[in-house]
Formats: sequence, C-alpha cells, structure tokens
Amino acid sequence: MTRIFGDFIERKDDHGECLQIGFSPTSIPIQQRWRNNGLSADFLADYLSTFFPGDDRAAAERQADLKSAVSYVANELLENAMKFSYAPSQHPISIAMYLESDAVSFYVTNSVDPHAVAVFQQTIERLLTEDIDARYMAQLAQADGMGYLTMLHDYGAALAWKFAPSLQEPDVVTVTTMVRLSI
Amino acid sequence: MDIIHEDYQVRYDAATATVICQGSFRLRGTEEYAPILQVLTAAADAKPATLTLDLRTLQFLNSSGINTLAKFVLHVRQYNATQVVMKGSHRVPWQEKSLKNFQRLLPGLRLEIE
Repeated sequence: MTRIFGDFIERKDDHGECLQIGFSPTSIPIQQRWRNNGLSADFLADYLSTFFPGDDRAAAERQADLKSAVSYVANELLENAMKFSYAPSQHPISIAMYLESDAVSFYVTNSVDPHAVAVFQQTIERLLTEDIDARYMAQLAQADGMGYLTMLHDYGAALAWKFAPSLQEPDVVTVTTMVRLSI
Repeated sequence: MDIIHEDYQVRYDAATATVICQGSFRLRGTEEYAPILQVLTAAADAKPATLTLDLRTLQFLNSSGINTLAKFVLHVRQYNATQVVMKGSHRVPWQEKSLKNFQRLLPGLRLEIE
C-alpha cells in the first residue's frame, strides 16, 4: 500500500534538468561505500553550480550557499539511505536531483526494514506537525537526530515521503524521501 | 592527542586552549566521532578560563558531527568558569547557518564569525 507524508511531488524522469546516481547492493564494505556519500554529494553540488555561475561577488556567494546546501542535503539523504536500507532486500538506492526555475529537488529511494516502518512514520509525522524551531532545540539538547531537522531549520527545506511496495520485490517496502530547496 | 586523517584534522594547542578542526567531518555515527569528542571534552576538562574551538576551515559537518559538537557544548556547560569561544568563517556557508544554534544551547558561548 502506498502512503504519502507531506506535499510529495511526483516526477517524470524525462522532464527538465535531472541527474541520477544509483547504488546497487553488493558486497562492498560499508566503510568504502560510506565514502561514496560525500563524493556523490559533492559531485551533485559541483554539477549544479554550473547553472549558477559566480560572475560577481553576490553571485559567487549565492553559488557557494547553494553548493553548501546541496552538499549537506545530498550527503545526509545518502547517509540515511545507506544506514536504514533493509539488508536482505536487493533493492538499489538511488538519488535524483532536479533543477527547476525556483527550486532544487532531491528524491532518494531505498528499502526499509518492515519492522522499522511504523517508528519511522511516527518520526515523520512529528517532523511535519510540530514546531520546527522548538523541536530542533530539543533534539540539539539531546545531541541526537539532527539530519532532517537541520534541513528544515537551517536550510528552510520542504520534506515529504512516499512509502510504496518495491516493484521488483512486492514484499519489500521502499521509501522515497523528497527534499525541496527553494532557490 | 591530535587526529590527522586524510579528510580531516583535529589539533589541540594546550598553550592557547584552542582546538582547531579542519577538513570535512563526514564520519559515521557516535562511534567514529568518539576520538574527536574525546579531544574536545579533554580540552574542556582542563578547565581553561577561555576555550576556543576554531572551525574556520571546517568545510563540512554532517548531522552526526552536529550531534558531536552539541555533546561538547553540553559537556562544557557544566564548567561555569570556562568561556567558550567558537570561531567560524563567512566563507563557509554552513557555519553561518548552523553555529548560532550552539549559542542557544549555551548562551554564554561567544560566537566569532569572520
């Protein structure tokens, strides 16, 4: 069963500027794969900066701001996907970045441990309904769970999630996390 | 107690009670950040009058790194006599966005972004 949280915007891959990277489950040690998160995030950030040339000081600052935001968001989404993918599944992890006139959007898809879905969805509901500033400071005081909250609080991102059965493995649940940064 | 890694470095200068963090902190979770947190808390445990955390050349910090800095700030909060100074740079965009949050955790923290 498909379940949506937040304002999830469906995408067509053949529309607009898009860059997608896929990670197939293999026997590569997680440590080696972990390094790919940063490399991929920085690549996405560098790639995007082509569309925002830093010709003067203001433009250069805007470019640096955007690169930093893209690098943080993409890295965090990939770290989460690597950490929380359901190991027995063969479902790949993918990240896609879309550029529009007023926003950059990310879609990261991974499998989820079926036993972890309910808790994850409760966390999402809290993120979407509670006061972000209060929640951010409460979590910072616990020094825990700052990934999505930093996107929401420091980068003004909009987040949404889609849970759906895997097309290849119908018993496996997948989650697509959408993060939209206004530009 | 310095940490020298291909992607990041943490140096403690006892003479000036300054911890300098450089590079990119993209480590995986609490366990991998433990050595860095140890340097930070040891610097705080020396109870200097002023403890400086120089982050000006720390280009990247993931959310586990944010947790780690929060743990340090919470740790040093117990030492009322220590003035914490956090140094950041306008040239590193994440620092302008995120460092001020630590000041809210420790209102006496002096934030110097240059």
